Amino acid sequence: MTVLEAMRSYMRRDLVFEFLIPDTPPDLDLTHGVILYLDGISVSFDGFKAINDLNLYIEDGELRCIIGPNGAGKTTMMDIITGKTRPDSGSAWFGQQINLLEMDEPEIAAAGIGRKFQKPTVFEQHAVIDNLELAMAGDKRVWATLNARLNGEQRDRIDEVLQIIGLHDQYTDQAGSLSHGQKQWLEIGMLLMQNPKLLLVDEPAAGMTHQEMDRTAELLTSLAGTRSVIVVEHDMDFVRSIAQKVTVLHQGTVLAEGSMDEVQNDQRVIEVYLGE
Amino acid sequence: MLGLLVLTTIVVPVCNLFVPESSGLHISTYTMTLLGKYLCYALLAMAVDLVWGYLGILSLGHGAFFALGGYAMGMYLMRQIGSRGVYGNPVLPDFMVFLNWQQLPWFWHGFNWFWFAALMVVLVPGLLALVFGWLAFRSRVTGVYLSIITQALTYALLLAFFRNEMGFGGNNGLTDFKEILGFSLQADSTRAGLFIASALALAGGYLSCLYITRSRLGKLCTAIRDQEDRARFIGYRVENVKLWIFIFSAMLAGIAGALYVPQVGIINPGEFAPLASIEIVIWVAVGGRATLYGAVAGALMVNYAKSYLTAAMPDAWLFALGALFVLVTLLLPRGVTGLLRKKEVTR
Repeated sequence: MTVLEAMRSYMRRDLVFEFLIPDTPPDLDLTHGVILYLDGISVSFDGFKAINDLNLYIEDGELRCIIGPNGAGKTTMMDIITGKTRPDSGSAWFGQQINLLEMDEPEIAAAGIGRKFQKPTVFEQHAVIDNLELAMAGDKRVWATLNARLNGEQRDRIDEVLQIIGLHDQYTDQAGSLSHGQKQWLEIGMLLMQNPKLLLVDEPAAGMTHQEMDRTAELLTSLAGTRSVIVVEHDMDFVRSIAQKVTVLHQGTVLAEGSMDEVQNDQRVIEVYLGE
Repeated sequence: MLGLLVLTTIVVPVCNLFVPESSGLHISTYTMTLLGKYLCYALLAMAVDLVWGYLGILSLGHGAFFALGGYAMGMYLMRQIGSRGVYGNPVLPDFMVFLNWQQLPWFWHGFNWFWFAALMVVLVPGLLALVFGWLAFRSRVTGVYLSIITQALTYALLLAFFRNEMGFGGNNGLTDFKEILGFSLQADSTRAGLFIASALALAGGYLSCLYITRSRLGKLCTAIRDQEDRARFIGYRVENVKLWIFIFSAMLAGIAGALYVPQVGIINPGEFAPLASIEIVIWVAVGGRATLYGAVAGALMVNYAKSYLTAAMPDAWLFALGALFVLVTLLLPRGVTGLLRKKEVTR
């Protein structure tokens, strides 16, 4: 390009400078009905292949359970989706347009993927309601956060989520004083405040009593439909109670996929996971 | 706490300036200056508390920001000496004449104006915090590692400022100040003015820290302190939050340093010593982390004890300081103000 041409393009009045264009991710494009594509993902830690050519497609509104023995790569997979770990190869797309591998954790969260950790992780020093307030979708930059005030609409939203997770009576309690199960629900509630399109839920039923488990199952099934939910779980009874479709991971690859019955009768699955 | 501060701001200068010396209520200039010094320390402690107590960044190098603010003010005060120095050079400070320098180094220009110095008091610490924080927080350095790096930062500055070639007076630092804004530093009224300025700075710092800690950003800070990953996965840029709070804290420390220097009359590289920075952390721990008034109370108490003990039993002070830290850590993990708050916690 000559200097003159560069000058001309620089001076064009119908365009703004590149750095002035706001850096917003493209809207979630669900034209093909698939919300998450993981294609040929591999990642290894010190030579150990945690994920090996993993292919996984999640449909919009689906509730998918992922099971697999310890070390099958379930948590690593979540790390990749949420941007914590970068894969060595493969691609990960959120809808048709959003390339997850080019984004970091806060960007991915803003784009609409929420994640619940294996261990209940809430802000224990804060009241339940503050936990939800912090998680609320919105402008999360420093200055905006400093001057943020709750408006009526946002209060209603918090109220609504408190109802959904059944913590309405404890909203001023410190999150640290909640029971284990209630913390799990609070964390799910924090995900809901983010208005995600895709929820990743890591072992929601761990350490829960049977009643709590039933409520959690109810909660998760009610969430699917309007949003997609991926549940990683060990407890087979729990999986059976919620699963529409199950994916079995083994040594970082998909071993089998289908309904719970199909999966349970699959010879390979029985061998590696369900035992003799 | 603000009420108490307002009261001292009014009472102390009045008792110094208008109550006759024979009266029992008279406060000597020495005491007032000492109190003013404590107020600067209190502001510094608050700055450390903001990053440590609320954000969980244990900075062992906040003395560096304090000293940089102090040096910026010291440079202004040096330029104010003018031709009244020992060598009578109207432009060059004494130590430069002594080193046979012919002209003012470039970074000394501008410090003859108060507004420029005042700007540098916040800008220089802020800039250092920006560069340091940007590198450290972006690479997700946390915990002990970060503490050690902050310690290394202040130690590096200590060594640099000791060198005569740096142009900051080397070992001796900057001293022999005459006047500030045209008022003699020896006059009681100037001392009272400095005391009031320190109290106002502390009050301003307190209010702004209060505003931050009570906002959603404040909640986010403690959230980051307790569960950094969670905060990141709900969409906050943790490194930016840390960076801005760190910069703000460094600026507060710089202001504290700038008010400290005219009151004690000297700034030298000793302020960069890692030990000085560790002492600040002890004040905060003694007073009570994550309460702003606790940091203030801790700074006042420990420094009063220091003034008293170093006069009464000079050798015992370091032992007392060490013992204090150990005892507070073991018996009062929430500091002295934790005792007062015990009720609301058990409730």
